[in-house]
Amino acid sequence: MNDTFDIRNMESHIEVHKFRGGAIVGATLLALMFQAFVPVYFAKAAMIDLPLLITIYFGLSRRNPSTGLLLGMIIGLLQDSLSGPTVPLGLYGIAKTVIGYLASSIGARLDTEHPAARFALTIIFFGLHQGIVLLTRRILLAQSSVWFTMHLAAAAVVNAIVAVFLFALLDHFRKS
Amino acid sequence: MPGIPSRHKSIFLLAGVVLLQVLLLALQIKRDSEGRLIRVWTVGAFSPFERAGNHGIGHLRETWRHYFALQNTSRENEQLRRENDELKMQVNQLQSKANEADRLALLLNFHKSHENVPMLGARVIATSAGTASATIMLDRGSKDHIKKNMGVITPEGVVGKIVEVYDNTSEVLLLTDKDSGVGAMLGNSRVQSPVGGAGEPLLVMKYVANDDVVNVGERVVTSGMDKIFPRDLPIGTITDIKPGNPFKSIRIRPSANLERLEEVIVLLTLTPLQMNQETEGAKPSASVATKPGPEAAKPETAKPQTVKSETAKSETAKSPASGPAAKPASAPLAPAPVPASSNAASAVKPE
Repeated sequence: MNDTFDIRNMESHIEVHKFRGGAIVGATLLALMFQAFVPVYFAKAAMIDLPLLITIYFGLSRRNPSTGLLLGMIIGLLQDSLSGPTVPLGLYGIAKTVIGYLASSIGARLDTEHPAARFALTIIFFGLHQGIVLLTRRILLAQSSVWFTMHLAAAAVVNAIVAVFLFALLDHFRKS
Repeated sequence: MPGIPSRHKSIFLLAGVVLLQVLLLALQIKRDSEGRLIRVWTVGAFSPFERAGNHGIGHLRETWRHYFALQNTSRENEQLRRENDELKMQVNQLQSKANEADRLALLLNFHKSHENVPMLGARVIATSAGTASATIMLDRGSKDHIKKNMGVITPEGVVGKIVEVYDNTSEVLLLTDKDSGVGAMLGNSRVQSPVGGAGEPLLVMKYVANDDVVNVGERVVTSGMDKIFPRDLPIGTITDIKPGNPFKSIRIRPSANLERLEEVIVLLTLTPLQMNQETEGAKPSASVATKPGPEAAKPETAKPQTVKSETAKSETAKSPASGPAAKPASAPLAPAPVPASSNAASAVKPE
């Protein structure tokens, strides 16, 4: 909590947002449910990484690096658990921890309320997330993966578009 | 944390949390069972919602299909459409009955040749929560006698195998996953080689020598050598062939629509499926062991050995399918009792 006030003092023009009770937990669980359930009916929906978008949004809004990275870790580990035994626990965990940390650090320094900023940041964070997952696979798990595909580029754009609308929706759960 | 400036606390926390997860990763690589408890809890917590969601979507679809979708059309259009729909429905029903009859005939054949193989229908209730793996979650688990390494199929072809079993749910590693593998052979030439996933919609057949004749559009079927799937179940169709060194690079489109699975069939056996030799009318397809040519003549050649060593690399993660499949065909194989297009799965309907 003290960190939150420190940020307020340092960056008086940046607002730290708080959310209604259960909003973070509810959004996280819904995102994970979506990720595991909806692609059964709409295969293309697998392209959207809702847990990542939730990590980014709450990181940018809460603007507390410790909270951001811990939320990222929890979301990532839950996603690992639901991704089947071929995905070791920690693969998404590490990536989302770092993204949670970076999002909340950037959120404390920049105004990230504008849709264009959110669009651009989501593309950057998506790329970073893929990079970390890929590095983890290559270095720690000795698995080969390709660095870039058109599918990944399309996924980055799709996620950014979804993020703009999703973030606007989640803004309604902020405490005014 | 005394002595650490507060602005650095989060960096230390980040380093600590990442390090912890790296250690967790390392532990899992060392020991397979590590982290299973977390998975069991998470899957246990999420699967009731996934079941409920599946049930709810089913109802929603029905409601939409039978009420809302028709509500906004004008009365006249509605009447005409209804007549049209009825006629279409009749045609579809007849078509589907004809197809079903064909399918059942094939299934009957399959069942006759595998009377001892118990099968169980299951519904897909979730998929992998990330793109790093290709898995699906079934609504059947150890309570329904499902065990690890059991084969999973659909009427169209091979789907994958069970990799994790929980009380009421189980996880299937799809053929398209990088760690997946199945003993396969070409439909025409009967050249054997394992087929595996590449983390994309197409499958890969890696160990076919450049001098083997392979054609685009050729069917790829199970060889039965993996001791999981019976012979001659369809795996897919060859879509692309490129020469390579020393093996061709062959890409296969899976027969089963692995991106839109809703119901599957689990082969409830871990014993190798025995081939029935007395199937009437089954054409005696040349097995590798009896086939003249380099495959049969040189069972100990470098090719199968290469395959063996390649698959051995990921022994722990991969299916037993990739192991035996890679072995040279030493045992004489009976003629295929199952027609190549056998739609085995619909013999058992998901409850």
